[in-house]
Amino acid sequence: METDKSKIGSFLFNRSVQGVFYQLITLGLVALGIYYIVTNTARNMLERGLASGFHFLGVESQFDIGMTLIEYSPTSTYFDSFIVGLLNTLLVAGIGILFATIIGFTVGIMRLSSNWLIAKIAEAYVEILRNIPLLLQIFFWYFAVLRALPKPKQSLELYDSFFLNNRGLFIPDTVFGEGSSIIFYLLWLTIIISIGIFIWAKRRQNSTGERFPAFYVSTALILGTFFISLAATGFPVSFEYPELKGFNFKGGVKLIPELVALTFALAMYTASFIAEVVRGGIMAVSKGQTEAAKSVGLKQNLILRLIIIPQALRVIVPPLTNQYLNLTKNSSLAAAIAYPDLVLVFAGTALMQTGQAIEIIGMVMGVYLFLSLFTSLIMNLFNRFMKVDGER
Amino acid sequence: MSTANKEIGPPVIELGAMGWLRKNLFSNWYNSLLTVFGLYLLYILIPPLVNWIFLDANFVGSTRDDCTNEGACWIFIQQNIKLIFYGLYPTEELWRINFVYLILLISGVYLLIPNLKYKGWVGAFLLIIFPIICVVMLSGGLGLEAVETRLWGGLFLTLVIAGVGIVLSLPIGVMLALGRRSKLPVVSILCTIFIEIWRGVPLITVLFMASNMFPLFMPEGVNFDKLIRALIGVMFFSAAYLAEVVRGGLQAMPKGQYEASQAVGLTYWRMMALVILPQSLKMVIPAIIGSFIAIFKDTTLVLVIGLFDFLGIIQFVGTNPDWLGFSHEGYVFAAAVFWVFCYAMSWYSQRLEKKLDTGR
Repeated sequence: METDKSKIGSFLFNRSVQGVFYQLITLGLVALGIYYIVTNTARNMLERGLASGFHFLGVESQFDIGMTLIEYSPTSTYFDSFIVGLLNTLLVAGIGILFATIIGFTVGIMRLSSNWLIAKIAEAYVEILRNIPLLLQIFFWYFAVLRALPKPKQSLELYDSFFLNNRGLFIPDTVFGEGSSIIFYLLWLTIIISIGIFIWAKRRQNSTGERFPAFYVSTALILGTFFISLAATGFPVSFEYPELKGFNFKGGVKLIPELVALTFALAMYTASFIAEVVRGGIMAVSKGQTEAAKSVGLKQNLILRLIIIPQALRVIVPPLTNQYLNLTKNSSLAAAIAYPDLVLVFAGTALMQTGQAIEIIGMVMGVYLFLSLFTSLIMNLFNRFMKVDGER
Repeated sequence: MSTANKEIGPPVIELGAMGWLRKNLFSNWYNSLLTVFGLYLLYILIPPLVNWIFLDANFVGSTRDDCTNEGACWIFIQQNIKLIFYGLYPTEELWRINFVYLILLISGVYLLIPNLKYKGWVGAFLLIIFPIICVVMLSGGLGLEAVETRLWGGLFLTLVIAGVGIVLSLPIGVMLALGRRSKLPVVSILCTIFIEIWRGVPLITVLFMASNMFPLFMPEGVNFDKLIRALIGVMFFSAAYLAEVVRGGLQAMPKGQYEASQAVGLTYWRMMALVILPQSLKMVIPAIIGSFIAIFKDTTLVLVIGLFDFLGIIQFVGTNPDWLGFSHEGYVFAAAVFWVFCYAMSWYSQRLEKKLDTGR
């Protein structure tokens, strides 16, 4: 009897048995919760006469969208509106990331300046911008600044080619004539060759110690081929400038005020975070590294390129990608000023019309989720690639 | 005097105001150039701003016609102050909100003063009894007239959403972090999926989901109001972010701490509660407060699902026909208030970090 008891006891108090038991309970509870939600949802949808499934994607959407990068009209399908929204989101995220990086790196380096005034101005920029909600900043740029701009006739202009007024920002358009595709193919080809040169130069330096000026050679190759092919095909690329005709501008590229305000606010706001990332990254490189590099006789530009920047980048890149991702997710605030992004077009208008909340919100969340997971995958690969041997 | 002595000249001043200027602003030609550029930047930005906000601004009056000066018209804010701070909450019931603020203020100040006794009790009161007081006082009950949540608004609503989000998301976040680090694969996978899903989507889609999908999930007859739906969304969203912050702290714990507490025979929960969490949470306090600041700023998004928080109500009063064209004043005022709150939090976190630094 007694041995039996202790057997049962040791069975009950065995760590792995307890583990299995707890996991079964957890799994059971989660399954129960999901079952509860699913049955409720199914019954609710039946009662409200809501359809389910993705058939609605092929149906005519019957609404128009203010800004589209592809052909779109009210006779297009809901799926087309999804694509339009997605492209608009990617567009604003792309431009935003570009400007946020430029401003962020500038401000981050300014904060480390030995010039007291410049460092303080950069610090003020960071502390002010990052402590004010992004939505408020978007509202400010949109309602208080862009809407208050003059009419097209009194536009603010720059070099007679950039015009800013309450209808938006008008910039010159590049027109690609016949034969310009060859230039693009050549451009891509030279870029690929340059990457090859870089890899080869690195290998050669690792095995023989001889340096090859890969940067200058590839720059010369890319630019040279570009201009030669441009000349050879007879300059098929030209610019079309916006012109004031009647009450509005014709020609050129029109950026709607919503896009301008959103990009501006996203870039300025995210830049304040990027500035801190950059500052942290540069400060993380210990002073001894610079001193050691100086003592082995490296020149100032080589110290920067070979010692400081590679080490700072290892610290900077992961949080920087995180900021890019944040910017992309924050671009969904577009809905508040009616810029037709994925959320406004699809989770707003399309959802209101079809009522298929689960499918639509699932798709929208899926897009952002994919972007996030994809980015973290790239990041993990980057970290593995950048890992120094022997480091934890 | 010989010519050799003349050429050497006096030493460069390195002390005093002149020395400081020379060292920090004019150390070489491009630094001097940068300084001049910086001064010019300040010159074109600061004076007009100061003029607009203070010197040329209008402070006294009751209608827009009293705004005769060129600068900001702060009468706009003064006249709408009740809406901006309390929303549509009934005027005769405002004392209830103020009472809650007062309790919060007194206990908060008590906790901030160093070296006072019974801080633990005050903290417990704030965490356990105070929320009950809040619910009763704010929404009604126990003889108090009920106030529907659709009348809540302004800074008050912002503080409610941020407060509930912050207080509830921390324990959930800690549990999720423990779950993700668990040795049990099912628990760890479920927590990881939960965290990554919430972190991967923007808050605005979470709020859309909360307002459109939650009603479908509930059994017949159960109907949450809009505010509670938004609160649930904000809570899970910020819990997922906090979970990752806490996980960082857990990972930074030396393995010896786990082994030592197991060696003295602590169970899992006692080990976590008594040894691991107190130390690891302390390590990540700055990051936790950073998340709180993010939650506070993110509460502004509730206006997309039709709740009038601080920013929402300022947008709203700006559309009042009597006060059209004062959006600048509204935004500047909102920005100033948000900035003060966020900056205070980050300043406090820096102070706390210094205080808690035991020099490991």
